[in-house]
Amino acid sequence: MPIIEVRNVVKKYGDITAVAGLNLEVNEGECFGLLGPNGAGKTSLIRMITGLSPLNSGDIRVDGRDIRQEPRLIKAALGVVPQEENLDPDLSVLENLAVFARYFDIPKSEARHRALANLSLFELQDRQKAKVEQLSGGMKRRLLIARALINNPKILILDEPTVGLDPQTRHLVWQKLSSLRGQGMTLLLCTQNMEEAWRLCDRLAIMNEGKVVAEGSPRELLAKYGGSQVLEIRPAPEAKSKVISRLKEFGFQWQEVEDMLFIFQGDGQEVEEEELKREMVVLNRHVPTLEDVFLKLTGRAIRE
Amino acid sequence: MSVVSYRSLRVWQRNRDVFLKQWRSEAPGFVIEPFLVLLAMGVGLGTYVALDEGQRYVDFIAPGIVAGYGMFSATFECTYGSFVRMKVQKTYDAIIATPLNIEDVAAGEVFWGATRALLTSCVILAVAAGFGLVHSPWAVLVIPLSLLSGIMFASISLFFTSLAPSIYSFNYYFTLFMTPMFFFSGVFFPLDSLSPLVQHLSWIAPLTPVANLARALMSGELGTGAWWGLAIMAGLTMVFFPLSLYTMRRRLLV
Repeated sequence: MPIIEVRNVVKKYGDITAVAGLNLEVNEGECFGLLGPNGAGKTSLIRMITGLSPLNSGDIRVDGRDIRQEPRLIKAALGVVPQEENLDPDLSVLENLAVFARYFDIPKSEARHRALANLSLFELQDRQKAKVEQLSGGMKRRLLIARALINNPKILILDEPTVGLDPQTRHLVWQKLSSLRGQGMTLLLCTQNMEEAWRLCDRLAIMNEGKVVAEGSPRELLAKYGGSQVLEIRPAPEAKSKVISRLKEFGFQWQEVEDMLFIFQGDGQEVEEEELKREMVVLNRHVPTLEDVFLKLTGRAIRE
Repeated sequence: MSVVSYRSLRVWQRNRDVFLKQWRSEAPGFVIEPFLVLLAMGVGLGTYVALDEGQRYVDFIAPGIVAGYGMFSATFECTYGSFVRMKVQKTYDAIIATPLNIEDVAAGEVFWGATRALLTSCVILAVAAGFGLVHSPWAVLVIPLSLLSGIMFASISLFFTSLAPSIYSFNYYFTLFMTPMFFFSGVFFPLDSLSPLVQHLSWIAPLTPVANLARALMSGELGTGAWWGLAIMAGLTMVFFPLSLYTMRRRLLV
């Protein structure tokens, strides 16, 4: 049985539909990634799964419990790392963890024990008396994750945990997250970082406009949507519409990103460069990556 | 499902821990200022004020200061304090991701606001006793009175906070509601010196029964207290406490 089950969930803010009848299953012990552009509904979905936002319709079950019926029990088993830092600035680093543990009814001595262990796990043991405002951005993010682990959660939910971090800290976070998954924790990871999704996630769902548009392991998604090669071209502005009509004529899949065109090749479709040569210059060609899959599935042309 | 639980105590404890860390920087507001007002108004201005029945002015205003500054403590805590925690520090967001629900958070804030009112009133009561301004052992009942008053003012304040679009909105709350109430609720002068219309109006203000009852208890003349004022306080609390929980949920769980 999946540990998180999302069925036909709809979330509206006034006239805006943020989540439009979404279905999702996360299995126990896996790292599941949610990928999608800004406004795709990822954060709305996470807020609903963590009981912070009521559903307009549909059902969410976490660890077999209904989010509408038993939000307290569900939240007791979750660790949440929000996108926006919300550490308690009135408390020191260690107090942040101790006070947070008290929200979970963890006894004082146990809380202190866990707090110290989590601080050293995230290499913050030397800063336990520091104020939150004295920490760097990377330290704050590490502290947020350490805080989310204070109740030994079954499921750790992270909303873009490495945004704005330097490469060293990013790698530290990735390494900790994969070791947590190795210990059997379920991770639900919202991200826009393709490298992060590729390294950490067993399965991914790509979201666009409030729905899941593709689902599978990173390799499966790449094989299914990536094709064999991607051509990057930058046509002259006046030639753009002509190039696009030629691409349509030949039945190619392409994606328009600002002044660039990404042409996806595969399934026996190869651009005969000679044919298009008059209209365009190929700037680069690369082996498809998850980013190409992302662009292909969530880009502008798809929405038209 | 959405009811207050014992977990609201966790929010109260969080605020207590923070207060114990930084009470020194808050002390001017709830210790020094009421003391100065008592001194300036009671002893200074009071020399020139003649009340009926030969009552000393300082005896008249001491209970009013106990009531008024209790009100301000609860109100500051549940307006500026709560707004900063809710909107600036995002402390509420962090807490409701744990087993606490938003009603626990709101109730914990109200109980903490009430605790601040209780603390302030007790400090001023002790100072007043030191100056010989407490004339009856009934004055101990000012302690539960200021707790009830604290819950009432904290609930009204948190209700306003849950609707406040920005921190500047509190200018209206203080200028149009708190300040007039402080001056026209029988803290500084007897209400019967006002015109009958204003007298009636001032009984709508929730501070009036608090000041009136504190005065009856501290003077020991229990007969002078309008005890039905307790019903006003209980009624306002029973309306605004649940209302503040409801409007907080509506604001934060979107």
